[in-house]
Amino acid sequence: MKKVVTALSALLFSTAAYAQEIKVGLMVTLSGPPAVLGRQVEDGFKLGLETLGGKLGGVDATLIVADTELKPDVALTRVKGLLERDKVDFVVGTVFSNVLAAIFKPVVQSETFLISPNAGPSTIAGENCNPFFFSTSYQNNQNFEVLGHYAQEQGFENVFMMVPNYQAGRDAAAGFKSNYTGNVVEELYTPLGHKDFSAEIAQMATSGADALFTFMPGGMGVNFVKQYHAAGLADKMTFLSAFTVDEATLPAQKEAALGFFGATTWAPNLDLPQSKAFVAAFEAKYGYIPGGFAMQAYDAVLLIDSAVRAVGGDMSDKAAVQAALEAADFESLRGKFSYNNNHFPIQDFYLLKVAQREDGKFQTEIAEKVFEDYSDSFAAECKM
Amino acid sequence: MTGVVQIRPVSERGISNGIWFGILLFALLALSPTLAQWTGETYLLTLIMKAMILATAALSLDLLIGRGGMVSFGHAAFLGLGAYVTGIALTEGISDVITILAMVIATSGLFALITGAISIRTSGVHFIMITLAFGQMLFFTFSSLSKYGGDDGISLWDLPELFGTRVFQSGHGLYYSILIILILTWVFLGRLADSRFGRVLRAAKENELRVATMGYRVYHYRLIAYVIAGMIAGVAGFLFACQAEFVSPATATWPRSGDLIIMVVIGGMGTRNGAVLGALFLVLTEEILSSYTRDWRLIFGPMLVLIVLFTKGGLTGFLDLALGRK
Amino acid sequence: MSMTLLLIQILNGLQYGILLFLIAAGLTLIFGVMGFINLAHGVQYMIGAYLIFMYHQLTGSFFISLALAAATAMVLGLILEYLIFRHLYDRDHLDQVLATFGVILFMNEAVKVIWGPATLIVPPPDILAGSFQLTEGLLYPTYRIALIGVGIAVAIGLYLLVTKTRIGMLVRAGATHPEIVSALGINIRGLFTIVFGFGAMLAGFSGAMAAPIFSVEPGMGDNLLIVTFVVIIIGGVGSIRGAFVAAIMVGLIDTLGRSFATNLLKLVVDPSAANQIGPALASMLIYVLMAAILFFRPEGLFPATKSA
Repeated sequence: MKKVVTALSALLFSTAAYAQEIKVGLMVTLSGPPAVLGRQVEDGFKLGLETLGGKLGGVDATLIVADTELKPDVALTRVKGLLERDKVDFVVGTVFSNVLAAIFKPVVQSETFLISPNAGPSTIAGENCNPFFFSTSYQNNQNFEVLGHYAQEQGFENVFMMVPNYQAGRDAAAGFKSNYTGNVVEELYTPLGHKDFSAEIAQMATSGADALFTFMPGGMGVNFVKQYHAAGLADKMTFLSAFTVDEATLPAQKEAALGFFGATTWAPNLDLPQSKAFVAAFEAKYGYIPGGFAMQAYDAVLLIDSAVRAVGGDMSDKAAVQAALEAADFESLRGKFSYNNNHFPIQDFYLLKVAQREDGKFQTEIAEKVFEDYSDSFAAECKM
Repeated sequence: MTGVVQIRPVSERGISNGIWFGILLFALLALSPTLAQWTGETYLLTLIMKAMILATAALSLDLLIGRGGMVSFGHAAFLGLGAYVTGIALTEGISDVITILAMVIATSGLFALITGAISIRTSGVHFIMITLAFGQMLFFTFSSLSKYGGDDGISLWDLPELFGTRVFQSGHGLYYSILIILILTWVFLGRLADSRFGRVLRAAKENELRVATMGYRVYHYRLIAYVIAGMIAGVAGFLFACQAEFVSPATATWPRSGDLIIMVVIGGMGTRNGAVLGALFLVLTEEILSSYTRDWRLIFGPMLVLIVLFTKGGLTGFLDLALGRK
Repeated sequence: MSMTLLLIQILNGLQYGILLFLIAAGLTLIFGVMGFINLAHGVQYMIGAYLIFMYHQLTGSFFISLALAAATAMVLGLILEYLIFRHLYDRDHLDQVLATFGVILFMNEAVKVIWGPATLIVPPPDILAGSFQLTEGLLYPTYRIALIGVGIAVAIGLYLLVTKTRIGMLVRAGATHPEIVSALGINIRGLFTIVFGFGAMLAGFSGAMAAPIFSVEPGMGDNLLIVTFVVIIIGGVGSIRGAFVAAIMVGLIDTLGRSFATNLLKLVVDPSAANQIGPALASMLIYVLMAAILFFRPEGLFPATKSA
């Protein structure tokens, strides 16, 4: 009976391939401490949809949110549900690179578009690039390359490096070293989820380094910054980092992070009208300062909206949709935004500094522009 | 006294041990693809495949826990090992199923032999801890293999070929391959349980001293069981890699070993069908609950506690009791 | 590698070990006396941390919050014992593993629902918020020194309690021969409840003490739980002295191992290989230690049957 009804409705409505609705599956981690980041992406995306009146490209949009639990195999099952059961037109995800690696293949093989609002591993930027994948964030190594460049320019002679022992951590170290040619006194790899840095901090204090480069996402960053500050190292070693002091961790780190450096493509105080409007709307709705994750998710909404509008809501011609996405014809919250051949953005990168606002909250602020129209180092390996 | 006392085989009726129940279950599983096609719920097949693979691993764990009385908290490591050997082989260009399976079985068997030889010297909670330790060690090793993705794992772009066919690659081919391996495992372990080997193992679980006095080297029997279980779990790992088309260290973590133990005990340990039912139950419940709420563990946790407190012999035992078959 | 660095790392290892001891003490008592594998000990530790956060929001005083947190943790532990755990003492280890696993799942989710998934901060009390000038460039937080002191005090207190008091004697006797103790007219069930409540309080207390250092987040007890089990296995189940020695050992080996393993490896293999293998090897060290102990001396270093 169900089959008959399905067939009838297909007959009745198949006159045009005009989509009744655009379905988007959002895959982020919503379990455990990293949920803070997934929540940002979710909030940013929902704000974007709301601003567009719940429509993408003029077509009614349905959002299905799925929790990856930061487990690749769970994410795999959930994404297959989104693809086979819900038949989504777009999959937006993920925050973490290892989960993205897991869902990448099924999504692109089903010819569904995968938009990443954060994760950008080098393999997907390089040899495994794919026409169905688009990033609205950056390639993972880029932020670290920015810091390496800055460290080189500032003339730090001895740098101490500490990253977590997983792929993104190794990418971070490699990215930094690609632009910094000075002396790396020590290269420490801590276990992922490490909480007590007293041993590592002791090594830093006795190393004689004048700057620290680190990448400690989420809870690791919260603990490390607090302990670093308590050990009195904040004034002795310049703190260069990525994803360690950001809007997700600053509410907990507070003064301990003041004056610390970060690097990325955007900060809440970016002086562009669309960005300021976004920050104000986000704070009004959710009560906290948005970070890069939320911004990138919002841009993902704008990207999809522009593409759907360009093809007039007709999702059947994949090549046309792809071309529309590549055009990136939307006003990004970052300002300048265009795509490289590997579907990663070409954009400006800034050095950020942690500061306190008048109302007492902490945020990252733009200190200086380090790279303009910067593309990633893996685009050449991509054959597209 | 004349004659030899015959040890009767475990009752083959009922849900827990019923051969007919098992056949019924497998028939249902065999028909599922057709049913799914008909109702349009093809997504369910992915879930069922995952459940069948875990059921294979759970059956092998039941050989240890249910029959042998050895609670291994590191069994997921074999799943991970099988998956990684498969993943590494495929990445390095080896794509023949037979070759890969041979490598998987050899590696799992060897790892089981070495770790088992040490672990089986202990018992009780010490055995639990030492198997956990070995599982952790394997997990840390996988995480540090940065050439093979490290913590991120590797996507498998090439899949195994059986004599040049794509049997292990497509949806239906893969589904039935998994089902066949599950059935073979079920038959093999069921036979093993009823054989003399199985009876010695079971007897040693009840009273090790008495079995030893009868002249059996319990240590050897247990070690052999451990190696068999390890090899089967390794094969399940191979299937896991084929189905997920992705390999990562997360497969070998201790909560995963915990999941396997849950499947065995909830299903009903030491029974023919318990592990299979337990695996299906766990996978499907998790899926159903999580579609209702993100905080599904708030319901699942207490569910687990209640099942432990109030059912003896797990779900199959409960069903048998309800149907008056025990 | 300087002498200063080595000394500092030893201090760090000691502090980590003391924290491990605080958690392990409760667990080894429960396991030793009741033979009960309490996987939920890790979430009881976590609850202690959340409780001190909650009370601190309400009262603003660290010490009052600490006391309240320990008391509440004990009450919560007793509730769990009454509802679930006491029905499991006679059951298989497996059933205990499963039921307590279910409790872990529930608790980790519950704290996330109540307090949200973000990492929460508990500041140390003002009088302990300063630092010692350890060396020229390094300050060592006073709070951590205080933690070491508290840990040693608790160790001595527990040891005296278990060896010198009547109830301690009952605990030791109940660990080895519960039937005889019961036959002597002692309410063994009551004894078990007291031990469990005490263990839960210790777990909550250590979570509360750890909060200013580690911050508070869901699942914070899960990986510590495994290390704690390693500690009590090495030390000998049921033995306070064993838990103390083993905890210090594990703390030192883990800390020193992580600091120096990679550097030591660089002496034999090239740096990039050392950077990859080193951390993995360092993480494995304590498990290797435990496996070795289990191989040569399965009952642990200080088995409860011989001494406390």
